[in-house]
Amino acid sequence: MRHVIRAAATAAVGLVALAGSLSAQAEIRVTGAGATFPYPIYSKWMLEYTVVRPHVQINYQSIGSGGGIRQFTDRTVDFGATDGPMTDSQIAVVHGNVMHLPTVLGAVVPTYNIPGVNAKLRFTGEVLAGIFLGQITKWNDSRIAAINPDVQLPDQDIVVAHRSDGSGTTYIWTDYLSKVSPDWAQRVGKGTSVNWPVGLGGQGNPGVANTVKQTPGSIGYVELIYALQNKIGYGAVRNSAGNYIDASLESTTAAATAAVSALDENTDFRVSITDPAGAQAYPIASFTWLLVPKQISDPVKGRALVEFVWWATHEGQKYCNALGYATLPDRVVQLEEQRLKSITVNGTAVLPAGYGRRGR
Amino acid sequence: MTIPAAVLEPEASPQATAEERWRALKTVSPGDVVYRTVLTVFALLLPLVLVTIALELGVNAWPAVAKFGFGFLTHSTWDPVRGEFGALPLIFGTLYSSLVALVIAVPLALGCAIFLTEFAPRWIRTPAATLIELLAAVPSVIYGLWGIFVLIPLLRDHFWPVARHALSWLPIFGGVFYGPSVLAGGVILSIMVLPYIAAVSREVLLAVPPSQREAGLALGATRWETVWTVILPYGRAGIIGAVILGLGRALGETMAVTMVIGNRHEVSASLLQPGYTIAAAIANEFSEAVSDIHLSALFFVGAVLFLITIAVNALARVLVWRVARGSAIGSTAI
Repeated sequence: MRHVIRAAATAAVGLVALAGSLSAQAEIRVTGAGATFPYPIYSKWMLEYTVVRPHVQINYQSIGSGGGIRQFTDRTVDFGATDGPMTDSQIAVVHGNVMHLPTVLGAVVPTYNIPGVNAKLRFTGEVLAGIFLGQITKWNDSRIAAINPDVQLPDQDIVVAHRSDGSGTTYIWTDYLSKVSPDWAQRVGKGTSVNWPVGLGGQGNPGVANTVKQTPGSIGYVELIYALQNKIGYGAVRNSAGNYIDASLESTTAAATAAVSALDENTDFRVSITDPAGAQAYPIASFTWLLVPKQISDPVKGRALVEFVWWATHEGQKYCNALGYATLPDRVVQLEEQRLKSITVNGTAVLPAGYGRRGR
Repeated sequence: MTIPAAVLEPEASPQATAEERWRALKTVSPGDVVYRTVLTVFALLLPLVLVTIALELGVNAWPAVAKFGFGFLTHSTWDPVRGEFGALPLIFGTLYSSLVALVIAVPLALGCAIFLTEFAPRWIRTPAATLIELLAAVPSVIYGLWGIFVLIPLLRDHFWPVARHALSWLPIFGGVFYGPSVLAGGVILSIMVLPYIAAVSREVLLAVPPSQREAGLALGATRWETVWTVILPYGRAGIIGAVILGLGRALGETMAVTMVIGNRHEVSASLLQPGYTIAAAIANEFSEAVSDIHLSALFFVGAVLFLITIAVNALARVLVWRVARGSAIGSTAI
């Protein structure tokens, strides 16, 4: 009996020592919370980053963009993440001490289910807005037929499907519709949840996709990643250059490239890149952002966080395409380098002046 | 712990009166004090949690209460972009879908309970009851998936094309039917609350004394008449309790409902049209509610749901109490 107890005691001491050494290794913990859309790539980054910096542990909880902004504002997390940028009044609450840093790009695609139609449909912003406003109610409406002359469209009612849960996908979709349709901007506007004029609400991308799949004559919108992973067909959308563009990772990056070429050096990145100018740009795309303080109080955590974001926007980008995210254009990465170098702890820059030069 | 000598050895002090011994018994030991304090704290903890929830709801809902007032309960616009919120469609949808669920589930559940206690062959009773209760163990997201993949196509492609000719003149079956609807939500809910109502009703019917049953039969009633005139009236207080338990479950159900109800902020009498419930709206919008007033409106509507469930429970208490009193008066009259 005594042997057993002694063995157990030894094992317990060993475990405690082991736990101690483990926690000694992972001594810097950086926590973040926010958007659900980029969660797969963020968790991939966190996993890969433990190889790069074994002593840094990044924790991210995908509680939603609204929650991310709130927790960042309350300073219960070291960084936030959001699919829709903070508003001016929200930035005023944190006294301007926040930086929006794009990490990856997402796109949203229209998906539909019309019995007897297998061809890829073409859409324009006006047509999509008309459908989602409930003004275009039949698939053989002349406005749809005019841009799809080769497709035989049936005399069928259109059923609109949208997200019922608040989501960054909805934000991108409504941001685009607001840009291309003054009517939409005035009657509905943009947001993570909006007052939908018509339609059925489905929960999450799967909810919308299933509503579309099961309801004859329906149209909805899902994230490009979701459509690619689940092999869901989607329509091409006309961009501002007049070309019908199929959403893809390349055309999404092209959208960002086109949009940021117009940005000035000091942009705060709170920019919408829907409906950009480029000839090959897919018009319904957006950044997703990390929210990082401009002045950080904890030097150790601050250094770890800034280095992680640097890594994510450089080496980390190579994991994007496999997971269905579009990578940041070079120009955005260059601008972000300047932003990251401007982050300070107690008045001094977190990163040394020559940081990253060797790596590039 | 010291035990007074007077208790242990009463004969040691022959002059100790009964009063003295009684007083010794009454002296409180420290262990008793600790025990009592711990139990009191435990007993107070639960009401405290309830009060905290109510306070938290109230404080967070206050901006919306101040801005919208009673109009919140009567307006139908839910516009997070402009910060205008009215919860009528949510309140209506919550009550309507729960009502549909009860209309379907109560007869079925009572039928199950009566069959299993009065008519079923003995060997089938326990297995069947266990199977019905197992329905309660299925996670609600599974019900939701079943609703999306089985129930909605079934209703849309098989039930409605047949039933349309007979029912479409009724206002509650008006409009075009796409699938996700209050009807689908109500049917899912009815399946989810059925095991609760059936299980509790069965226990209630099992508790009816055999003498009641025998008396009914002895008076020449058939088995069915005995059930209808003796056993059900005897257990009605318990059965009402079972129904209210089911209603409480239906009012608060979130996941399965939001997956099939269509999530539309609209008041429509038609069961075929999409609707929305309070619990579903909170679950859907809470995490991405960016503006403060949006969040506050969600807290407000949560407080409304809280009040609705309290009202339902209070109603149940009153009903059970009146029914119990009624049966007592009835029995004295006999």
